[in-house]
This record gives sequence, C-alpha cells and structure tokens, in this order.
Amino acid sequence: MMLTFTLKSLLSRKLRLVLSGLAVVLAVMFVSGSMVIKDTLNRSIDAQFTGAYADIDLHAALKPAVEAEGETAVVPPVDAAAVERASRVDGVAEARGLVLTEGARVIGKDGKVVPGTGGPRYGESWRGESGLIKLRSGHGPRAADEVAVNAGLAEKAGIEVGDRVGVLTNEPRQTFVVAGVFGYSGDRDSIGGEQTVAFTDPVAQRLMLGRADRFSGIEVTLADGAAAGTVRAALGKQLGGGYDVLTGKELAKKASDKSRGMLDMMGMLLLGFAGVAVFVGVFLIVNTFSIIIAQRMRELALLRALGASRKQMINSVLVESFVVGLVSSVLGLAAGVGIGALGADMMASSTDGLQVAGLGVPVEAVVTSFAVGILVTMLSALFPAVRASKVAPIAVIRAAAAPQGRHRGQTWTGGIMLGLGALLLAAGLFGSGGASLIIPGVLLAFVGVSLLTPLFSKPSVQVLGAVFARSTPGSLGRANSARNPRRTAITASAMMIGVALVTAISTVAVSAENSVAGDIKRDLKAELVAMGEAGSASSASIAPAALAEIAEVPGVRNVAAATMDTAKIGKENQAVASWQDWAKAREVLGLKRVDGNIDTLPAGAVIVNESTAESRDAKVGDRIEVQLQRGDSHTYRVAGVFADSTLSNGMVVPWADAEAGFRSKQPSQAYFQLAGGADESQVRSQIETRLKGSPEVTVQTRADVIEMFSGGFAMMLTIVQALLGVAMLIAVLGIVNTLALSVLERTREMGTLRAIGLSRGQTMRMIMTESVVISLFGAVLGVVVGGALGLAVARGMEDQGVSQLSLPWGQMLAYVVGAAVVGVIASIAPARRGARLNVLAAISHG
Amino acid sequence: MTVTIPTMTRRQTVARAVGVTKLYGKGEAQVAALRSVDVEFAAGEFTAIMGPSGSGKSTLMHTMAGLDTLTEGEVFIGDARVSDMSDKELTLLRRTRIGFIFQQFNLLPTLTAQENILLPLSIAGRKPSKDWFDRVVGTVGLAERLGHRPTELSGGQQQRVACARALVSQPEVIFADEPTGNLDSVSGTEVLEFLRDSVRSLGQTVVMVTHDPRAASYADRVVFLADGRIVTELSEPTADAVIDTMRSLDGRTGAA
Repeated sequence: MMLTFTLKSLLSRKLRLVLSGLAVVLAVMFVSGSMVIKDTLNRSIDAQFTGAYADIDLHAALKPAVEAEGETAVVPPVDAAAVERASRVDGVAEARGLVLTEGARVIGKDGKVVPGTGGPRYGESWRGESGLIKLRSGHGPRAADEVAVNAGLAEKAGIEVGDRVGVLTNEPRQTFVVAGVFGYSGDRDSIGGEQTVAFTDPVAQRLMLGRADRFSGIEVTLADGAAAGTVRAALGKQLGGGYDVLTGKELAKKASDKSRGMLDMMGMLLLGFAGVAVFVGVFLIVNTFSIIIAQRMRELALLRALGASRKQMINSVLVESFVVGLVSSVLGLAAGVGIGALGADMMASSTDGLQVAGLGVPVEAVVTSFAVGILVTMLSALFPAVRASKVAPIAVIRAAAAPQGRHRGQTWTGGIMLGLGALLLAAGLFGSGGASLIIPGVLLAFVGVSLLTPLFSKPSVQVLGAVFARSTPGSLGRANSARNPRRTAITASAMMIGVALVTAISTVAVSAENSVAGDIKRDLKAELVAMGEAGSASSASIAPAALAEIAEVPGVRNVAAATMDTAKIGKENQAVASWQDWAKAREVLGLKRVDGNIDTLPAGAVIVNESTAESRDAKVGDRIEVQLQRGDSHTYRVAGVFADSTLSNGMVVPWADAEAGFRSKQPSQAYFQLAGGADESQVRSQIETRLKGSPEVTVQTRADVIEMFSGGFAMMLTIVQALLGVAMLIAVLGIVNTLALSVLERTREMGTLRAIGLSRGQTMRMIMTESVVISLFGAVLGVVVGGALGLAVARGMEDQGVSQLSLPWGQMLAYVVGAAVVGVIASIAPARRGARLNVLAAISHG
Repeated sequence: MTVTIPTMTRRQTVARAVGVTKLYGKGEAQVAALRSVDVEFAAGEFTAIMGPSGSGKSTLMHTMAGLDTLTEGEVFIGDARVSDMSDKELTLLRRTRIGFIFQQFNLLPTLTAQENILLPLSIAGRKPSKDWFDRVVGTVGLAERLGHRPTELSGGQQQRVACARALVSQPEVIFADEPTGNLDSVSGTEVLEFLRDSVRSLGQTVVMVTHDPRAASYADRVVFLADGRIVTELSEPTADAVIDTMRSLDGRTGAA
C-alpha cells in the first residue's frame, strides 16, 4: 500500500524528477561511455594485432638499460654469437637475428616527416613475405639503397614503388628508392597505425642499431614437438639473465599495449567528466528531493497522522529515489553506449587503418552504471528522507510548510572541514609538511566551503543583486533569491563547483605559463632556436653537418647544440642533457651558479641543477653512478650546481658520453646567437635553408619558444573548460528546478503582482533576475574559491618551476559572464510559465 | 426572471456591465455563473455586491476587473471596453485604473509595508506624490508601521496596508473581494470604516463583494445576486434590511 502510494506520488511530479534524473543520466552516461569506448577500442586493437606475431614461437632480446614512461626503450643490440648460442638450444629448429626497432622516419613530399598515425615508426630488416607480411607491389629491398614500406605509410606519405624518399634514423637523412609496398594478412595496411620501413639487413643494422652484425632480437622457431615452455626456460639459461624471452602472444600484447596509451588517457578524461557530473549531480538530487519533500509536507504529515511510521516515511522516499536512479541509469547507460560508439568511431578514424570492432557493451559498464546511478541517487535522497520522517503530524493543520531549520550540523561540519583544509594547506605551503598535504587540504577546504555556502548566500545575493535593483522587477527578483538561502546555496553550489574547478586549474596553468615565459625571457640569450615540437624534443634530430655550416653563416655569432634523454640512477629515471660545446651553451643559457664550478665540463664530470642535487642528495665532489640508454654505466663526479632554469634542467653530461650513450647521437636542439647588427629575418632564412635536411626541427624566435612552452597549458585549459561545460549544464538543470519551484510556491504572489499591474515582460524579468543572481552567486563564489585554492597549489609547485603567481583575470571574468548567460537561459522556461499564469487562478491559489 | 436596474443618472458611471453572461463547461455539464447581467457603478460610491454562495457575485467582480473572460456581453471601465482587451492592455488597465483588495491580503512578504504600498506605482515607473502618500497612510493609520514586513503585522494591519496599496495609485475604481473575510470583527470594522472614509473624504469609488450583511451595511448601495442574475438592490442599507433581503433570497433559492 505504501509502495503504491509512493509510486503514485512519484508520477505526479514528473517534471521535477526528470530534471534531477537528468543529472544522474549525465553522470552514468560519462561513466558507461568511457567504458564502452575503452572496450570497443580494446577489441579493435586486439583484432589489429591478431596474427602480428603469430609466426614467432619465441623471441629473445636484451633488457633495455633505461625504461621511461611514454618513451620507447633503446634495445641493446644482440651480437651474432648470441644468435649462434640460441640456435644450439634443444628444441630450437631455427634461430635468426632480426632488426626491428623504433625510429625510422620517412620524409614526405612536403619536406616534413610523414605524420604519425597512432602507432610506432619501425625500422626493420626485410624478412621476406610470410603468413603475416604480403607484398602488394614491387619487391623487397635487395640493394643498400632500396627499402620497402608498409601500405599504411605509403598511403599517408603519398609514395609508390619507384619513388625516392628521405629517411631519418639514428643517422641523418639518407635517400632510398621504394622497391616495394607491403601489407599484412587480412588485407590490413598497418598494424595498429604502425609505419614500417624495411631495409636490407646490413643497412638496418647500421642505421637502426649503429653497428654491423648486431640484431635487436633473436627470433626462434621451435622444432616439431618441442614444448614452448621448456625451450623458453632453456633459452633463458643459455643466453643469461640479461635477456627477456617472450612468446609471440606476449609480443603482440606488448606491441598492442603501446596503442592503448591514448585509450587510457581518453578513459581518464571521461572518468573525470563522470566524476564532476556525479559530484555536481549530488547537489542537484539533494535539492530536488528536499524540494519535493517541502512541497509534500502536508501530505507526509497526513500519512504520519494516519499512522505511518518514520521508517515507512524514509522507505517511501528511498523507494522513490531508487526508481529515479534505476530509470536514469537505464537511460544513462543507453546514452553512454551511443556516446561510446561514436567516440570509439572518431578515435579510430584518427588512427589510420584501425577497423572499429562491433559495438559491445561490457558487463562492467552495465554493473558500474547501475551501481553509480542507483547508489548516488539513493544516498543523495537519504538526507532529505530522514528530514521527511521528522515531519510532525501537526503540519497537516498548518497552512504553510514548516520553516527551514538552522542546519547547525552542516555549518559545523563545513567549518571544521574548511579549518582543517586551511591548516593542511598552511602546513604544506609554509611548514615542513611538504607538498603532499596541499591536495588533501584543497579538497577539504573545497567541500567545507560548499557546506558553508548557505551561511553567506543571503548577504552575497543581496550585494550581487544590487545591480538589478534599479528596476522594480529586478529588485523583486533580487529579494526572491534571498528568500530561501539554503535552496539558493545548493542551487548555486552546482555552478560554484564547476567554476571553482576551472578557475583553480586556470590559476595554476596561468601561473606556470607566466613563470615559464618569464624564465625564458630572462635566461634565453639566443635570438633563434631550432627545435622540434614541444614534448617530442628528444626524438627530433638535427644533422650535425648542417650546424657546422650554419656556424659559418655571416651574422651568426654562436651555435650551441644540445640533446636530451632519460638515464637511470639506481632504479630511478633521471633527465639528462648534453651540449656539444659547454662553453657555448653557457653563453646562451644564462645559468646561475649555486655551488662548485659550472663553467667547464671535463670528462668524468657532471653539472646538475639545484632540485636534482637536492633530490639525489648530491653535493659538489660527490660521485654518482649513471646508466645511459646505451653502454655501461658511468661514475661521475659532481662538478657544479646551477639554479633551476626552464631551459636546462636535470643533469648535464659530457658530449662524448652522450654521443655513445644517448638514444640518438644527433643534437635535438640548437641555439643561435646573432652578431650585433645582423638582420634576424635574413639570418633566419639562411639557417632554415641549411636545415632542410633536418625536417623535424623548425627555426623559432624567442616569442615562438615561449608560445611553444605555453602550448601544453592551453591544451589543458581546453579540456578543463569542457569539464566546466558539463558542470554548467547540470547547474542549469538545478536552476531550472529551483525556479520552477519558486514559480509554483509563489503563484498567488505572482497573481497579485499581475493584478496590480505587473506586465508579462516584467514578470519574466523578475524571474530572470532571480535566476541570474543565483547563477552569479555561484560563479563569483567559484571564482573566489577556485582562485584562492589555485594560488595555494601554484605556490606549492615552486619546486616544479612555478616562480610567479598569477590569476587568470580574463578567464575569471569570462566564467562569471558565462554564468550570467547560463542564468538567463535557465530562466527562460520557468519565466514563461510564470508570465503565462492565469491571474485569477493564481490569486485564488493555495 | 430578470430585473433590470434603472441607471442612476446623477453621478458619472465608472464601471458598467452590459448583458454579461458567463458559462462554464459544455453541453449537459454547462453551468451559468452569470446570466445576462446589466449593472453600473457610479463614481464616488461605495457599492456592495451580495448574494448566497454560487450566486455569481465574485465572478461578476472578476469579469468587471478584467481578470476573467466573458461568454457574452460587454464590460466597460470608463469608456474603455475591457471585454476584448489584450493581456498588455489589461495589464495597463489594472496598473492605472483599477485597484484590488483581496481576502488574503496578498502582500509581498519580501517587501516592507511602505514598499508594498508603493508597489503599484513603482511597477508603473511612477513617483508617488508625497502629499497623497502621507494622506493615504494617515487615513489607514499606518505611519508608525511603514518599515515593518507583513509577517510583523497583524491581519487588520496587513489588510490596511493592502487598502493603502489599492488607494495610492488613485484608480478609478477599487474592487474589494471579501476584504473582511479573514479578519476578526474589530479589525473588520476598521477596514470597513476606512473604505467608507476613502469614498466619502477622498472621493474614491469602491465595489466590494461580501457575504456579510454587516459589512454590506457600510456601503451606499447593495446589489443582490442570485443564480447569476441581479435580483434587487438597496440604497443606504442597514444591516437589518440586508439580512431581510438575504433571507428572502435564500427562500427563493431554496424553492428553485
């Protein structure tokens, strides 16, 4: 009976439930969407790699010396003797050395490196056709100047058999004739967006491994009847501990895992959106159920008077929220599957040759959707439900709903959380607590402020509304927005959270950006710089011969070339850099000495920046063991320490060691100082001419360099602003909800106003003002809270090179203006409804 | 049976209904709230509309004030034909030429007494004349309470604020719908005396719907409705005369 009643009352408030349900739908949509995308692409990639390594029984290769996240490890070359040893192992039918490593880049017709297609760029030794590799046209490379390329690469580069192409490897550009184009079994152009250049064996060895008679790994074919496990163990024993022996399946997994990197990024991003949607949605749901209960006060009291127990009341609300959560989860899941399919399709189309697998809904997406949707809704409704149960039966008789309680508990909790957050922040920033306290501090303070919002919503709304108080509808709207501070606060919270989040991140980004720009302006003494795109600096290469030529160009006073890499100290990775001529580097870098000698860099010595010295606990004169990508480890003496600088960080090692031990022995960056009176644009074009053979770098001015370093922040901001979009969308729902209720509650009042001469337009303006004031309150609060927390985080990032604190004034203003627009949009439907009230019916209402 | 009341010729007419019929529903379920009613209200007169429940007295007032539509007939406020006005014209009419007093007071809880009184003027974007405002406030006896909000006022005080609100824009006619229905007898008397004073000394026109014979006795004229028709009227009524008339109406309705 209670259930029937609950369901009936549920249906009678469809609109309100739809609004709050939408928030749940959005949250569930993002959660399930991210899972569907991930699942679909996973299966697509699995399909891509099917059979890629099927004809390899076992594969042995040396373990890389340094493995860094997001970089391809340099595989130490295997010598012919090891191949010979492997072939003698019992159960091995054949052991062949092969060359297959990343790092062959084809130069396209436009003189630039052919853009990547989502997979690695392999250089390999041609092994002939097989179950996997199928020639499409021409033949395999037979001469040293011939190559074969895979069809995906050929299409992207627009090359065909007979064309001449330039290829960058560990060596500077060399020109080859395309002898053949090949594809893969199943008519695939590429495996997971990979691009492959196949050379003859000796050429592959020289260009990709740097030495003749070396291999990247040993491919083993098992003898008939031999067990892979046994042979694998025997191989490991025979070759020694330095080797990894993998099956073809494991190789395929390793290769496909690389393609999954972007998947994880995308998944995290969508989960972030889901998180914001859930967080903001909770406020909306709490508000909706509070409103519903406020409206039903008399009905609930009547039930109580008729003998319903408190438990029954709570259950009634919970059942209601369960139904809302269930329906929303179903809709959200459906929307998520749609979005997921669409997203997977879009991502696949940006990866050439990736066929999207059929749409599938993973079980975990269904389970998570329902868990998130139903639990969030029910938990959000629990608080209002408990309050509903406290309705006194006497409320039936009272005409008006009971006034809002003081909610002391909430104020206390909020105050304590804010205080704790502030303490943690202070400890993290100024005390010995360290930066690890800052993030929990920020979160605590944030939730604390959210809980305290009702406390200052009334005065804030009065002040904000003052702008509108000049007209009568405006001042009526302003007064209305201050009538129910708690409801106003919860409604505004949705806006506050989104805006605070974005403002905080914008503040950090702008501070970091300004710090970087300031550092570069101060430290960079070169007028022109040749470097690759930001983030890929280590893979760019500059032909050393070209740099020698540029040094002779009139107007060029100084050329300093550098390359960066990742090395290993103990078990940890360490950023390393090296300069062809340290004396010249000193001229362009503007480094400040902290300790020891940083003017010269003799063999066996390294110079480190201050934070590296600190984290490695290294002082001048200390010895430190460093493992570079290639070769044995070095023991260096710390010669000097310099102050942190954006341009050069980490550890500087002597050039001779870099040439032998870095991933590439070619410089990846070059700095040019001009002679006094030289024409910058003229010199620049001369430099560009000489760098034609090094298409991975472009010549940039100081302004370009600053912009490039800031580019990453712009990208981050775009993503975060999309998050704000989601939060604002939900905030709109909340405002619509609150306004719809206001219109309902004040029907008689609005009838009166209309009776004494308020026009429809004025009525709409009155409701619109209320909406805009609530929205602005949320946005202003968000900007203030976000700015403050953002500054705190930025201050805590001093060690990461954030030396300047700046507020994103322009963006903050934009967010506030955006919120005002959102307020206007949200008010349209309720305002129309309010304006169209039948005056007579309204006056007699309630 | 239709009784047509002869026009009072001495005074100017402010509000006029001609052949007003109001039907609710359709077909079998059709109910007539007003059946071809003709009535005029003269300037500077305090008229009460009386009748048993369901007689159509409220409907008559609502249609005259432009709050409700007509099925047939015409309504005029001054020379203006209310019956086919657009919402915009009706708003302007209510803003400038009509005042309202409601049974539930209907004050805005967010505004002070003074702000409530001045609300019609500020909605219209007009400035109050200081003298007139003081006179109105003085007449209703609220000078001390102007800064209070409705929740801080008694029912009688609230209704006096509502009266002042209706008066302040000097409308051609004030429609009062059961203004004493929610008040105790002392407060009710105050409000009625005040309404009569506003007619006598300020020259205001007031049309009041009531079912209380004592309230009707404050009026200059009482119009009686039954079954949607005007059946009779009294001039300068006493409470007893009103009661007698009502009793005869009740008898008739009962017989019908």
